Amino acid sequence: MKRLSRKDLLDLESVGADEIRLILDQAAAFREVALRPVKKVPALRGRTVINLFFEPSTRTATSFHLAAQRLSADVLDIKVMDSSVKKGETLLDTVAAFEAMDLSVLIMRTAHAGSPALVAGRSKASIVNAGDGMHEHPTQGLLDLFTLQRHFGRLDGLNVAVVGDVLHSRVARSDVWGLLKMGASVRLCGPSTLCPQALKSVWPGAPVTVTHDLREALEGADAVQVLRIQLERLQRFLFPSTREYSRHYALTSERLALAKPGCLVMHPGPMNRGLEISSGVADGPQSAISTQIANGVAVRMAVLYLLAGNDAEAA
Amino acid sequence: MERKRPLGETSLFFVPAMTEARLKAVILEAQDLDRALTRMAHEILERNRGVDGLALVGIKTRGEVLARRLAARIVKIEKPAQPLDVGSLDVTFYRDDSSERPLRPAAASELSFSVEKRTVVLVDDVLYTGRTVRAALTALLDYGRAARVQLAVMVDRGLRELPIRADFVGKNVPTSVREKVRVFLAETDGEDKIAILEGGEEHA
Repeated sequence: MKRLSRKDLLDLESVGADEIRLILDQAAAFREVALRPVKKVPALRGRTVINLFFEPSTRTATSFHLAAQRLSADVLDIKVMDSSVKKGETLLDTVAAFEAMDLSVLIMRTAHAGSPALVAGRSKASIVNAGDGMHEHPTQGLLDLFTLQRHFGRLDGLNVAVVGDVLHSRVARSDVWGLLKMGASVRLCGPSTLCPQALKSVWPGAPVTVTHDLREALEGADAVQVLRIQLERLQRFLFPSTREYSRHYALTSERLALAKPGCLVMHPGPMNRGLEISSGVADGPQSAISTQIANGVAVRMAVLYLLAGNDAEAA
Repeated sequence: MERKRPLGETSLFFVPAMTEARLKAVILEAQDLDRALTRMAHEILERNRGVDGLALVGIKTRGEVLARRLAARIVKIEKPAQPLDVGSLDVTFYRDDSSERPLRPAAASELSFSVEKRTVVLVDDVLYTGRTVRAALTALLDYGRAARVQLAVMVDRGLRELPIRADFVGKNVPTSVREKVRVFLAETDGEDKIAILEGGEEHA
């Protein structure tokens, strides 16, 4: 496969295994760029990339910004924190204005699932979903795949545990889609309010198990992705207290010992140290958390490069 | 390098068949190619008075193979105490025609040594317009400031579009723009030879 056969990256649900492989291979080439004294290539010179964020984000916004800059694109960050605006109408108008300025790629984060898809259908620019509500966060899923693949040399046959608030997590959704497409098995784990058995029906027939017992999820796992606990969920009575959550689900050194030796620990960030993960594990030898961040830039460069690279054909 | 086809050929009514390029002539057989490489290895050593500070960098894909072969020969002739540094560059990100055609996926470059104050010999299979070499020079500068850069190519087919010339040439072959020159190497193509092709889809 030589080229992505899509204009936008909205989710991993609709992306094929060969397309994922292409992005991961391309990311490997960009990872090499990050090791050079000059960490920049002229590949997207003259193209414009806009980061449109309707939700606060440091990590993802920075990562995309850096990725675009390292490709020599002109990049603009727009942060819209006013959640009272009527999103539907305003969003399309905003994007129409960007388009008039010859936009090549629009990166979007919103609290509303599906709004990147809405924009993609009306825009000539490539849309990259950087997280939409509880739907998906495809570049996070890709960077997790990239991190696993570089560590294990393969994705096929891996057993990966995803622990925490799986129900509300767009990261978990993208991770699971990506892992399944690449031949890995997934164990979802969390309290029943945050990780209900019904999740299995999202991926019928796929190697996905749901458990409420962390020991069961970790046993024989090659890697574990610890999700961030969003404290606002406490107010909705989805779990009784942070202490109780920690007691049952925090990844500590003792619990990590139940997994395969050398089990890789991942976290999409930002971490609540002591809540879902202990500092000993987060900073320990099995942690890939800072590698994930470094890989994120390379994976996002690959996505921007492959999507923007398709324009010339249309022209 | 891909070029746009004339408009008529891609119309809805006439879809050109994907034809294999026709072999017009073999310019160098395996043995000639081997001898040319040996001569180039000697020339590189002569020009640089040995291997001190020397490094070879091949342009992917066939330039890399040629760089490794040249390095092996140089080591055999000179028997240096240190192994000779050999790297490779993928120049896709540096091409100047990216606004005219879809960007292609690129492979990772491998340059595990510093080029600072070294004499770097860039190696490629065919020197044509000079645009690939231009891209490789820009890419190389991102790794540091080499003391000097020289260019070794298996075939110089003329028709330059930029002011670039090779320091070491395996074979000069005057060609027309309709022809293609292809270097076949055992490592990538199963055999060693250099041929002129005509017609068919342009290879990159």
